[in-house]
Amino acid sequence: MRYVDEYRDGALASRAAAAIAAEADPGRHYALMEFCGGHTHAICRYGIEDLLPPNVSMIHGPGCPVCVLPIGRLDMAIELAMRPEVILCTYGDMMRVPGRDRTSLMKAKAGGADIRMVYGSGDALRVARDNPGREVVFFAIGFETTAPTTAVALVQAAALNLRNFSVFANHVLTPSAIQAILDSPEVTATGTVRVDGFIGPGHVSTIIGSAPYERFARDYRRPIVVSGFEPLDIMQSVLMLVRQLNEGRCEVENQFSRAVSRDGNGKAQALVERVFELRDSFEWRGLGTIPDSALQIREEFADWDAERRWQLRYVPVADNRACSCAQILRGAKKPLDCAIFGTACTPENPMGSCMVSPEGSCAAYYLYGRWRDIPQQAKAG
Amino acid sequence: MCLALPARIVEIHSDDSATVSLGGVRKQVSTALIEEPAVGDYVIVHVGYALSRLDPAEAERTLALLAALDRPAREQEPEQEDAAA
Repeated sequence: MRYVDEYRDGALASRAAAAIAAEADPGRHYALMEFCGGHTHAICRYGIEDLLPPNVSMIHGPGCPVCVLPIGRLDMAIELAMRPEVILCTYGDMMRVPGRDRTSLMKAKAGGADIRMVYGSGDALRVARDNPGREVVFFAIGFETTAPTTAVALVQAAALNLRNFSVFANHVLTPSAIQAILDSPEVTATGTVRVDGFIGPGHVSTIIGSAPYERFARDYRRPIVVSGFEPLDIMQSVLMLVRQLNEGRCEVENQFSRAVSRDGNGKAQALVERVFELRDSFEWRGLGTIPDSALQIREEFADWDAERRWQLRYVPVADNRACSCAQILRGAKKPLDCAIFGTACTPENPMGSCMVSPEGSCAAYYLYGRWRDIPQQAKAG
Repeated sequence: MCLALPARIVEIHSDDSATVSLGGVRKQVSTALIEEPAVGDYVIVHVGYALSRLDPAEAERTLALLAALDRPAREQEPEQEDAAA
């Protein structure tokens, strides 16, 4: 496939690995955070950590929309789905995330709720048109990548005057999360988490552009490289970060220039601006309550806002005490540091959100790297 | 859910949508988020929408930068297996 296969060339990857090893200063450590869950998945899937020298380490960030959605918001969706008149349309990733009292959308569906997995907001709109006698709610989650696609569906619903369609909006904003990481006590006060530079989100940046990260590079003195998702993209981005750190530069560089510009997608930004406004505050799993970090539906589209239609109320719910998802999302722990990783908590029976989504750190580790840290017994024998 | 893939537009439809081909698999996606899509364009497809157009020149430039990296020493040595054969 064009634009995929050429970025998976093993010979070029080994050259990139050799260049990183040659240019990384053995006298210092490079702690790089990949913000995005898509990058986490690729890093684990392609064994990229094994291609890096020991003094270049990757920290997995909070950029997985399924993982950062707090239990209380999922409970609101489950509550909606339990109403007999409602068809809840959801991205498949949300189905198995545990809610309060170990419920989930999957269990609600098994209990008779009409919950349908859709590919996107356009499919949810179709379900509403095909079922005029039912209330169809789209469970909208995601960062700036999916927000414009939800906006398109809302504009279309308003244009069609489709009264049986509504959206339960949970869209969150990437810059707020990066700021929360940089302001977190682990980074600022205790110094337990060191982040020297960021691999910036690729698909989010197709929409918002690379400009929104410039203030972090400037104010927090951290280099950021917006990266594509193929293994060679990530290797090249690591090399670019190593070079910036070696040269003492703190800039936003764009490795994913084939899809991302500085200003992003103006048409998509205008749609988001038309349909959504900032929420005063929103709770994130792992990062706590962050002001101006999420989107809510504007008054003009209030008739299509599920939260207003059913007067849904958010009730915060504490995470399972055994689960370390919150610390893992902040980069304060690695999946293997969690007491229940791979034992009580597996992709088949997830206790926490990071084990559910393929972009979650725990799921990526479980699938591709859970034996990595175990010394090779056979060699010793 | 964050998976997005580059796909080629093979047909434009009247309702802000297009058919894309990805390794032979065809799917109708919305083009409501991009300006003036055209047949032959490569777009990044995510949750049923084209998010942005791919710039072929920039894609080449990225690969050229990678190709310009020095070859590691072990690649430059003659292949031992070949010598034995």
